[in-house]
Amino acid sequence: MPTVKGDGMRGLAVFISDIRNCKSKEAEIKRINKELANIRSKFKGDKTLDGYQKKKYVCKLLFIFLLGHDIDFGHMEAVNLLSSNKYTEKQIGYLFISVLVGASNELMKLVIQSIKNDLTSRNPIHINLALHCMANIGSREMADSVGSDIPKLLVSGDTIDSVKQSAGLTLLRLLRASPDMIPIGEWTSRIIHLLNDQHMGVVTSATSLIEALVRKNPEEYKGCVSLAVSRLSRIVTASYTDLQDYTYYFVPAPWLSVKLLRLLQNYPPPEDPSVRTRLTECLETILNKAQEPPKSKKVQHSNAKNAVLFEAINLIIHMDSDPNLLVRACNQLGQFLQHKETNLRYLALESMCLLATSEFSHEAVKKHQDTVITALKATLNIALKCLRPQTERDVSVRQRAVDLLYAMCDRSNAEEIVGEMLEYLESADYSIREEMVLKVAILAEKYAVDYTWYVDVILNLIRIAGDYVSEEVWYRVIQIVINRDDVQGYAAKTVFEALQAPACHENMVKVGGYILGEFGNLIAGDPRSSPLVQFQLLHSKYHLCSPNTRGLLLSTYIKFINLFPEIKPSIQEILGSDNNLRNPDVELQQRCIEYLQLSTVASPDVLATVLEEMPPFPERESSILAKLKKKKPTTVPEGGEAKEKEHRVIPQAQINSSETAAAPPPAVSSAISLGVSGGGGATVDLLGLETAPSAPSSSATSGLNFLLDVFSDQPATTNGFDSSVSNSGLTPGAEENYRKFICKHNGVLFENDLLQIGIKSEYRQNLARVGVFFGNKTTFQFTNFVSDLVLPGNLSTALSVQPKPVEPTVDGGAQVQQLFNIECTAEFTQAPLLNISFMYSGKLQRLCLKLPVIISKFLEAAEMNSEAFFTRWKALSQPEQECQKIFKAQYPQDTEQVKQKILGFGLSILLGIDPNPDNFVSSGILHTRNQQVGCLVRLEPNKQMQMYRLTIRSTKPSISQALGGLLETQF
Amino acid sequence: MMQFMLLFSRQGKLRLQKWFVAYQDRTKKKITRELITLVLARKPKMCSFLEWKDLKIVYKRYASLYFCCAIENDDNELLTLEIIHRYVELLDKYFGSVCELDIIFNFEKAYFMLDEFLLGGEVQETSKKNVLKAIAAQDLLQEESEEPKSFLEDFGFMVGSSGT
Repeated sequence: MPTVKGDGMRGLAVFISDIRNCKSKEAEIKRINKELANIRSKFKGDKTLDGYQKKKYVCKLLFIFLLGHDIDFGHMEAVNLLSSNKYTEKQIGYLFISVLVGASNELMKLVIQSIKNDLTSRNPIHINLALHCMANIGSREMADSVGSDIPKLLVSGDTIDSVKQSAGLTLLRLLRASPDMIPIGEWTSRIIHLLNDQHMGVVTSATSLIEALVRKNPEEYKGCVSLAVSRLSRIVTASYTDLQDYTYYFVPAPWLSVKLLRLLQNYPPPEDPSVRTRLTECLETILNKAQEPPKSKKVQHSNAKNAVLFEAINLIIHMDSDPNLLVRACNQLGQFLQHKETNLRYLALESMCLLATSEFSHEAVKKHQDTVITALKATLNIALKCLRPQTERDVSVRQRAVDLLYAMCDRSNAEEIVGEMLEYLESADYSIREEMVLKVAILAEKYAVDYTWYVDVILNLIRIAGDYVSEEVWYRVIQIVINRDDVQGYAAKTVFEALQAPACHENMVKVGGYILGEFGNLIAGDPRSSPLVQFQLLHSKYHLCSPNTRGLLLSTYIKFINLFPEIKPSIQEILGSDNNLRNPDVELQQRCIEYLQLSTVASPDVLATVLEEMPPFPERESSILAKLKKKKPTTVPEGGEAKEKEHRVIPQAQINSSETAAAPPPAVSSAISLGVSGGGGATVDLLGLETAPSAPSSSATSGLNFLLDVFSDQPATTNGFDSSVSNSGLTPGAEENYRKFICKHNGVLFENDLLQIGIKSEYRQNLARVGVFFGNKTTFQFTNFVSDLVLPGNLSTALSVQPKPVEPTVDGGAQVQQLFNIECTAEFTQAPLLNISFMYSGKLQRLCLKLPVIISKFLEAAEMNSEAFFTRWKALSQPEQECQKIFKAQYPQDTEQVKQKILGFGLSILLGIDPNPDNFVSSGILHTRNQQVGCLVRLEPNKQMQMYRLTIRSTKPSISQALGGLLETQF
Repeated sequence: MMQFMLLFSRQGKLRLQKWFVAYQDRTKKKITRELITLVLARKPKMCSFLEWKDLKIVYKRYASLYFCCAIENDDNELLTLEIIHRYVELLDKYFGSVCELDIIFNFEKAYFMLDEFLLGGEVQETSKKNVLKAIAAQDLLQEESEEPKSFLEDFGFMVGSSGT
């Protein structure tokens, strides 16, 4: 047993040794259970334990907890230790609390009381114990009850340095727990001036606090800039002996320097010229030092020095104002790219990525932008090296190189970068292949001058890394080929050649099938790619493909019948083969029967119309970009255009207004389209394999009416797998829960054994922000989680909704949020419906709920005096402008509760207007984008009869009615 | 700000955990398992940083122990490596050539030391001298307040145990 430091609790050491000597997990658990039983009996026993014993047992519990076992007792004993007058007992008590007791524990009141006592101790070591505990578990409750004492400790001249240090960071923690407790006013300047404190430790801790304060309120704290600059200047010009113990491996105060450099990144470059010059000098000095020979060979020296250097470079990039500094920073990073230290290469790539994506907005930089960009571009070859497995062995560095090259790419170097990425894709790690594929696809599209190059790149992608080519990538190449007729012939020729490879990826078959089905005729003149050859080539792949792809190929075949009538018999033979007509896959069977029927029944003219070439896709943001954004939200640089169009990319939550949801696809021919969805259609089923192909309905041209017959016996799609939801109906309880939200904005909308759905909403005039929180109550993951908002009836014109996507998986115990930004354009009565579906342990679960977005939510309370009220009341005297309801009280007629409900509904409570003080008089303005409607309300309780009379007057009769209907249910 | 620091052995045993933000116990266990597997799988020459969720992981191995910190996106990776190093130096100075066993048997000291060095996930005191001075002052209070306990009393509770 090794020696134990300090007093040593021998019992504890023996116990730890015992555990270490256990030969098996079972033995360990047995030993632990024995110990737990022992401690429990000691704590419960009649004999009062002395402080030492309590401490020892609490410490053992702590150890058992740290081994990974749950501890459900001993908390009270630990809290008792806090009031011990022996330091070590107190200390162990605090440790137990910090490690094991959550801020929500019911013992927290007692803990806070002990903290309060210790804060007033004369012994600074006791004060620090209390501060450390707060800094470890600080909560809002603590902030409220003790928080106000901390700033005093921090700035008082009587406080010793070590307490000031702890107080600074404790305050920071409380600030995070309770963001509204920002000390301002007289505190501001005193806290800022801690940057001048003589004690470096105090400055170190205060700088973190100040940065947090600055982030909350930069204006209030902007005085810190000049102090931070002068402190930084004193450090970087200090010799390493000046700062004594704050020099770390010959680097003066690296931690403080980095904190100061970070603090300054919260502000634009200093306005005061002398401060600005001083800062520039600091940054230059730091860059100069990087070129000096190292003062020590130890890695600690170079790490600390470079840590400061990288932070300085971050600041230079942030200020973005001095081209000279930017070029020097860029050159420095270029040097690091070739450094033998892997860590430095990694960080250099990261910083260069930041540099490459920064906007170079400032005028001074604009003039010299070329210099900066040239410097950046000069590093291209080195950066390319970081991509190659031969030269760069660390995959995480190669990953960074991919990010940088992606950021650096422009028209001039796109071919080189894309070529290089393609070359190393094959040997790239599995972990980064998919992302590389996406990036290559995006760059190729973005910088393509010649679209034949683009087609080549994508086909190469499929050839090299077919498994990693997601659907978005091949959808996109098809969209582009269809929209650009200059590349269609080339595409047909190239896919035809690619398909001749003996083994080609299924994605290649999909692209090939689709393109030949549309444009095979463009290469049919060449006998080597005659119609029959094309067909036979495709069909040679048919049996190796998945049902999805086979379905696509069948559509290609029917298109071939139109393009090449001469091979119709061969195709009909395949469609009519036993294998296809009796295929166990219902979808394939159905397609074969229908296509065969179509090719037999329809005249060539009809065929030509139905099977016409696909119309161009509407121009949209690339769905690949959306996918990449989803994968790595932070690293995708967004152009203005992308931002503007962002709301169109709705991967998971789609808005279906019920009118458009049922609308037929835009062109008749796409009734049998090959099924490529446009744009960000990640939720649109690719081949319509899950739902039967949608038949053209009302908009079908008259000549094609027979199509309805052709398709009429298709099996109806059923969703009989659901027990709790009828096809159109709401989930039970949805209506009641929805009503609960009439007078409140936040609460639980739905709850069952699996899921809890909470609502948090904010309204401002005609705008709303509604957050829906989905909490998985089980320990298992929900998959395929989809939440769609449907706007029934005229709601799609009354509300404009921007949903944020929701993650498709919800982990056990986790909560995900879906946010809706809603604008009310006109009045409405119906509620938006939230359709939720997900898989839980293999079963599909569905819910349909009413989202509590109610017309009254857009009410804003209005104040007015009695004269104004009566004038308006009288002005609204048309009978239809008034809605009166007389109803029985459902709830106790408690004045306070009624008042709360009226306020929650969005109306004011006007006093001194009604002569009867029991009556409530209110007013509000209803905001829609198109108009504002004033509303006056009077509610008269009759306590004897337990009845109410409710009268509402507004300029719009329909609004009076709507509000009356809502309010009637609430009292 | 640092979110948490984990110390674990090459065998994947957790030796010390310090959380600067509140997580559920279940989440802590999940994170710990995930990160231990992730870090132990890395080859020796690889870079010491990795992206993990929206955090950055900085780790370094000292003898049989891995020190692993999770920091936020705008935190400085290189300096976090030196936070780890300074902590190792502090432990080393205090225990006199520290080894894994010292941390197992004196885990509470390792915590007290960490509280003097880092607080609320930020560096509080970088001077080795000042941190050790603070710990020494605590130890002094300890000696003053503790009556040495008799050996027997200490073992009293362990009736029937084979002991060491």
